[in-house]
Amino acid sequence: MPPKVYVTGCGMISAIGNTFAEMEESVLTGKSGIGDITLLETGYRNQLVAGEIKHTDEELAEMAGISFGPGLTRTTLLGIIAAKEALHQSRLKDPATLAFISGTTVGGMVATEKYYNDFLTNDTKNEFIESHDCGDSTERIAEFLGIKGYLSTINTACSSSANAIMLATRLIKSGRIERAVAGGTDALSKFTLNGFNTLMIVDQNLCKPFDENRNGLNLGEGAGFLVLESEKVIGEKEILCEITGYGNANDAHHQTALSPDGRGAFLSMKAALDKGGLEPGQIDYINAHGTATQNNDLSEGKAIERLFQSRIPYVSSTKSMTGHLLGAAGAIEAGISIIAMKNGCIPPNLNFSAKMKELSYSPVIEMIREISIRHIMSNSFGFGGNNTTLIFSKA
Amino acid sequence: MKVFINGIGNISPQKTWDNNLFLDEVIESDSNCLRCTEPGDYEKLIDPKLLRRMSRIIRMSYSSARICLDDAGIAAPDAIITGSGMGCLEDTEKFLLSIYENDEKFLPPTPFIQSTHNTIGAQIALMLQCTNYNVTYSQRGISFENAMTDALLLLNEPTYRHILVGGFDEMTDNQMILYNRLNYYKKVPINNLGLLNSGTPGTIAGEGNTFFILSSEKNERSYAALSGITTFNNHVDADSVSENITNFLTSHNLTFSEIDLFVAGYNGDANSDKIYYEISKRHFSASPVAAFKHLCGEYHTASAFALWMAANILKKDHIPEAVRFNPAPARSIKNILIYNHYRNKNHSLMLLSSCQ
Repeated sequence: MPPKVYVTGCGMISAIGNTFAEMEESVLTGKSGIGDITLLETGYRNQLVAGEIKHTDEELAEMAGISFGPGLTRTTLLGIIAAKEALHQSRLKDPATLAFISGTTVGGMVATEKYYNDFLTNDTKNEFIESHDCGDSTERIAEFLGIKGYLSTINTACSSSANAIMLATRLIKSGRIERAVAGGTDALSKFTLNGFNTLMIVDQNLCKPFDENRNGLNLGEGAGFLVLESEKVIGEKEILCEITGYGNANDAHHQTALSPDGRGAFLSMKAALDKGGLEPGQIDYINAHGTATQNNDLSEGKAIERLFQSRIPYVSSTKSMTGHLLGAAGAIEAGISIIAMKNGCIPPNLNFSAKMKELSYSPVIEMIREISIRHIMSNSFGFGGNNTTLIFSKA
Repeated sequence: MKVFINGIGNISPQKTWDNNLFLDEVIESDSNCLRCTEPGDYEKLIDPKLLRRMSRIIRMSYSSARICLDDAGIAAPDAIITGSGMGCLEDTEKFLLSIYENDEKFLPPTPFIQSTHNTIGAQIALMLQCTNYNVTYSQRGISFENAMTDALLLLNEPTYRHILVGGFDEMTDNQMILYNRLNYYKKVPINNLGLLNSGTPGTIAGEGNTFFILSSEKNERSYAALSGITTFNNHVDADSVSENITNFLTSHNLTFSEIDLFVAGYNGDANSDKIYYEISKRHFSASPVAAFKHLCGEYHTASAFALWMAANILKKDHIPEAVRFNPAPARSIKNILIYNHYRNKNHSLMLLSSCQ
């Protein structure tokens, strides 16, 4: 029997909180962090909203406890803050042997987009040429935290960090490693804001997941990391949850759009249930991918309906609070799932008013409290039809 | 656990797309950047309607994957796993420049859509209508090794029998400017065939699209058995690399003398080649040593080219003259060790053995 994999630490930063505790308070009060863009340098400042963390890079460096210097990107800084908190919470003394697996899709682009003309014409920003690639933030975070074990970065767009958590779980179950820090980090960037806006899937107002009149997503930024440990080495310590199920499938429909019947979403959810030895009826809550684009919510919504049929669990998309964190979305939503399980509550899906005509059900719109939650399913879907589902269970 | 390389596809700076050939002829260049030599008959591999819309890297990587699947006789793999240091660089640059040039207005969406690292894996899945596991790794000089490690993990499970694993990276004119700024490359033009003896700092750029079918079972098409892979990621000296290699071989019950060919990532940079020279001297002074980056250039997933070369050497039982790095007499080859490092930060070891 492969060992059970437990979560013993969780660190988070997003527009609704700089720490796990702050995030918890925001989630429990149904707070949204989406608003005007005031820090990112973009022509869309007065036109689009986003879940922006209201701290400059210098302030983030101070929070991270690192001296701000060349080559250090916002993606790295956010990652250090979350990963450091996760390690602290797990009370692991010696990080050297840990594996570190991070998901990111923006990576160093957040600096490249500012300095690209310099890169091409002069030597003033050379340090940022080297921090452009996705592996940079991962290497820097690991180095700062003294982690020297297996190192990996996943970039499958918006499912990156969910895949990072899945890989860490599989590595532990295989016996290859015993402990890992896994999650992801992504900063708000002009590149992604323009990219999604060009695809006409960004709502100028607050996003409305699973609403009949939904009009696109709001971008967000942040990082989330979990400490995962094998039951063989965990000893006596507080366990946040167990990772019981995980699955990845490809929609194989279109480079950016999901199939209308949610083929890949159905397969990844089904794979996660099978891996966990769970029946659909055992899932208490689905923290949906729920980006609030026409395409995602229909595809995901139909897939949920097909899998769960007449017994649809509670469903909500917390992207209405945090915005869409892209590569970090799966990790931050893993953290929010842990908050839900710990507090016996279902976080609400904000800004909802009209049920989708294609679906038989609506998301949870008011906080549900004091219920027993045993299993939470979390979906993360990315460009290229990359669908990943994780299941977090009460330990 | 042993897995088998049962199919290969490689579009690289050399004429490697035809699996019947094996470096019989070598392409020379003094541009300090080895670009891929593309097959002239893409229409045999890709629907011409799709071909016109494809970016260069998608065209090359998809074709390489197609050649690989055909080579292995596999219609659809049980998983598609890719690794790339820089992803789809040309599309990324295109979209970035369009933001600058058009002041964030009326941008063409296609380069953004194709800019994500998992575009290649996704396009392959789309064309094969393959809904199976599909993940992309991007960890600089071990991006390909991370993909391989995942494939080995999957092959431990009975549901996975044949996995498509690939490494890809492309070089662009702009990226040459950027990396030249960082002094990655030679300051004066150098012929790639003379690269490894240059004695000066810097290397030359390269690119490649190299795919493999890794299978849990051996068959008549098998090239080689892959027995192990490991990575380490710190600035290290030769002592530390030596210790890592010793531990790696010990864990596979092998001694240095049982390695019949040492493939090392020499890239002609007098500084970073020191580790390879030291390891060769210490452990492989009487064994044949081979090099490959004078043929493909330096890039994040160059180790995939090394694996392609080593697998072919085992299957064909022949070391091409062009890759021999020392005069040690060739012997019958059973085990090959590949050691590669990227900027003395990302190190990897891969162990292959003959299927016989």
